[in-house]
Amino acid sequence: MPASLCRLVVPALLGVTSLLAGCATEPWVRPYERERLADPIMQVSRDALAAKHFEHIHDVREGARGATGVQGGGCGCN
Amino acid sequence: MAAISRRRFWAAHWRRAVRALRGQLAQRGEPLRRSVVTRAHVAGLVGGVLAGGAAHAVNLPEDRAEALFHVYDGGGVKATGPALLVRKSMADRVSLSASYYVDAVSNASIDVITTASPFDERRTEYGLGADYVYQDSLITLSTSHSKEPDYVADGASLDLSQDVFGGMTTVSLGFSRGSDKVGRSDTGFFDSARHWRYRLGVTQILTPRWVASANFEMVSDSGYLGSPYRSARVFGAAVPERNPRTRSSRAVKFRTVGAIGTAGAVHAEYRYFWDTWDIQAHTAEVGYSRYFGEAWLGDAYLRYHTQSNALFYSDNARTETTYISRNRQLSSFNSIGLGGKVSRRLAKVPGEYEIKAHATYEFKRFKYSDFTDVRTGAPYAFNANVFQIYVSATY
Repeated sequence: MPASLCRLVVPALLGVTSLLAGCATEPWVRPYERERLADPIMQVSRDALAAKHFEHIHDVREGARGATGVQGGGCGCN
Repeated sequence: MAAISRRRFWAAHWRRAVRALRGQLAQRGEPLRRSVVTRAHVAGLVGGVLAGGAAHAVNLPEDRAEALFHVYDGGGVKATGPALLVRKSMADRVSLSASYYVDAVSNASIDVITTASPFDERRTEYGLGADYVYQDSLITLSTSHSKEPDYVADGASLDLSQDVFGGMTTVSLGFSRGSDKVGRSDTGFFDSARHWRYRLGVTQILTPRWVASANFEMVSDSGYLGSPYRSARVFGAAVPERNPRTRSSRAVKFRTVGAIGTAGAVHAEYRYFWDTWDIQAHTAEVGYSRYFGEAWLGDAYLRYHTQSNALFYSDNARTETTYISRNRQLSSFNSIGLGGKVSRRLAKVPGEYEIKAHATYEFKRFKYSDFTDVRTGAPYAFNANVFQIYVSATY
């Protein structure tokens, strides 16, 4: 690796690592501030079967599929 | 060392707070939201739970059971059935789940009544899953088996979810593999299809009242990707549809949820989809959720979907091509859905169980821009009604 590249890459890596380490130890939303985020109405889908039913309805009628955030998505149907 | 000390401190604090809160709730026999436990105890409990989670940042899904009855009625198709889901954790490390889902379909859709006879069929799906927590990771393995008289699908998935940056960010990765047998009711199974799905997601806490996520998923299919019953039209004559034997698609979805006031939340999401069959789709949804008192929760949402047609889709082809389809799912159309949901808590024993009843209704309208109703010669459109009624229990 050329010396000039080293001079750029090494400080950059150190900077990013420090930044990430900083995030890891000092999250800007502290754990005790997350009560509201834990409420069920803040979740993507509260009830798995109800979400699966709607995903199935859309899967068999729309051309688009995927990226719904549901684990193991896909309806296994024709 | 500092991190370990902090975890020990929060764990001790959490245990003290839980003991104090349990004592107060047992004395009062009241749910948490109504109880007048001191702020210190609530803060201690919440902080402790979440910081306790910092030592094992990813939590197992809670023990849960759901029993649902679903109805879809629209465009000559009626699909109903029960569905069950049970989830139970073991040794605080593993959570096992099992599901059962039935679709009893009575089909007299426009495709069917204009080219064949209405029919009834039943699809049954069984699912098994296992979630395992290891340090800050949640690993999920699941399998499913779906069976219809003329279609059998088996699938397996592996998902990994990892909390990073002190629980501010959750990164998830997933892979699914599916293998289907395709048949006809009169001739039996004659072909197969295989599916691969790769997904990546990031969820980010932005503020104490605001969270956002981005999901990406790639799906690849190969094999028989159409329906042996469906016809295409070429020069006005019905011919069997001919689909390519491969398809690859990408989808990216952005979603955000924010707390509104003291008892509400609003969400918005958008998905962009594109594939090698030249379909592009945009799907957007906005919704609002709100508690009404202690026992009631209401949701309302609006969903809009629009897409362009596949390259080989034609309402009535004027040239002979290698591939040809008149599958409405691959045509240019838009659909709008307006839905609402009401949930009511039926029973709750703090720290032991909670039972809720739910009812959902969605009105949907599908409007096709390049699919003619051959009975009238006009562009086809139809309305659909979706109902769900279900009971959920956490324990």
